[in-house]
Amino acid sequence: MGNPITIIKNGILNENPTFKQVIGMCPTLAVTSSAINGIGMGLSTAAVLICSNLFISILRKVIPDTVRIPCFIVVIATFVTIIQFLLQAYLPDLNASLGLYIPLIVVNCLILARAESFASKNSPIDSIFDGIGMGLGFTIALGVIGLVREFIGAGTLFGATVLPEAFPRTLLFVMAPGAFFTLGCLMALLNYFSNKKKA
Amino acid sequence: MDLILLVLAGIFVNNYVLSQFLGICPFLGVSKKVETATGMGVAVIFVITLACAATYLVYNFILVPLDITYLYNIAFILVIAALVQFVEMFLKKSSPSLYQALGVFLPLITTNCAVLGVAVVNMQNEYNFIWSVLNGIGSAAGFALAIILFAGIRERIEFNDTPKAFDGFPMALVTAGIMSIAFLGFSGLIKL
Repeated sequence: MGNPITIIKNGILNENPTFKQVIGMCPTLAVTSSAINGIGMGLSTAAVLICSNLFISILRKVIPDTVRIPCFIVVIATFVTIIQFLLQAYLPDLNASLGLYIPLIVVNCLILARAESFASKNSPIDSIFDGIGMGLGFTIALGVIGLVREFIGAGTLFGATVLPEAFPRTLLFVMAPGAFFTLGCLMALLNYFSNKKKA
Repeated sequence: MDLILLVLAGIFVNNYVLSQFLGICPFLGVSKKVETATGMGVAVIFVITLACAATYLVYNFILVPLDITYLYNIAFILVIAALVQFVEMFLKKSSPSLYQALGVFLPLITTNCAVLGVAVVNMQNEYNFIWSVLNGIGSAAGFALAIILFAGIRERIEFNDTPKAFDGFPMALVTAGIMSIAFLGFSGLIKL
């Protein structure tokens, strides 16, 4: 470790939190009814992840091993509260559409998992890059799922109508079941290509 | 009557797993066998009910009087983490058999977002104590129902010949999607 590009690439491709590690599923499925929401959620999570990684890495020699999980959670919850206030103040629309899922970033297993498996063992600089990589990987995944659902379900991309009015919308895709189907099919697609590569 | 409707709405109409996406991690993670799914479901009902009561008390008797409600997120997650730990220790002493049965699932519940989710929803809707607890029971029962049904379906899928690319998670997600459509049938049934 130590090479920033390797660490970032690791987060986006090799260990993509959504498609490879399958963690942080709740926001992935819940807020991806449009691309904007997906990316907004991804970036908020990334911001929390980068800050919490940095602070946990700085404090890693101070935090006693036995109570590390509660300590991590407090650090994460602090940054989530800060992000929530920033969104309320500067992006009220996004805040309204993400709603309940902003406070729930606290229990996003992705953040705790990176704190436990990376930030508590590596230097602050490496941890920042790990946060950037994982955060970007998460944002890209959420963005892609959001794009697909928005396109099929509402016929729009980033809010702009692209499908002609006469074309039927599959409303199911912006509702709950569509989230499961989209993620399932995207994962199957990735599996298909990686199986082909191996063969 | 309203109270009964609240519980039923939590189980069927606003099912936390299939329509609100809370608690997806354990839903996908520990649903390979009906037995373990049942264990998880029971543990979640237990913890959510207690957590709803505890977070209600903390919010209304500590955070509100001190005017620090903006700290609710930190306070709730700490209460839940402490509660889970406490329940674990209590069960170990008082009921070893139940502890054995729930054992591994208890620590996992801290990061089950349904627990925090229900607590936050109770707070945002300004439910009173009884409503909060009943909302917790209903939502948790909905989670248990979903995970047990899902595990039953997954057990059968194991023995089927699915396309190779769909092995594992993709198949589980598609199954969950179909279940979610089934639960959509309940929507609009109860309006609170």
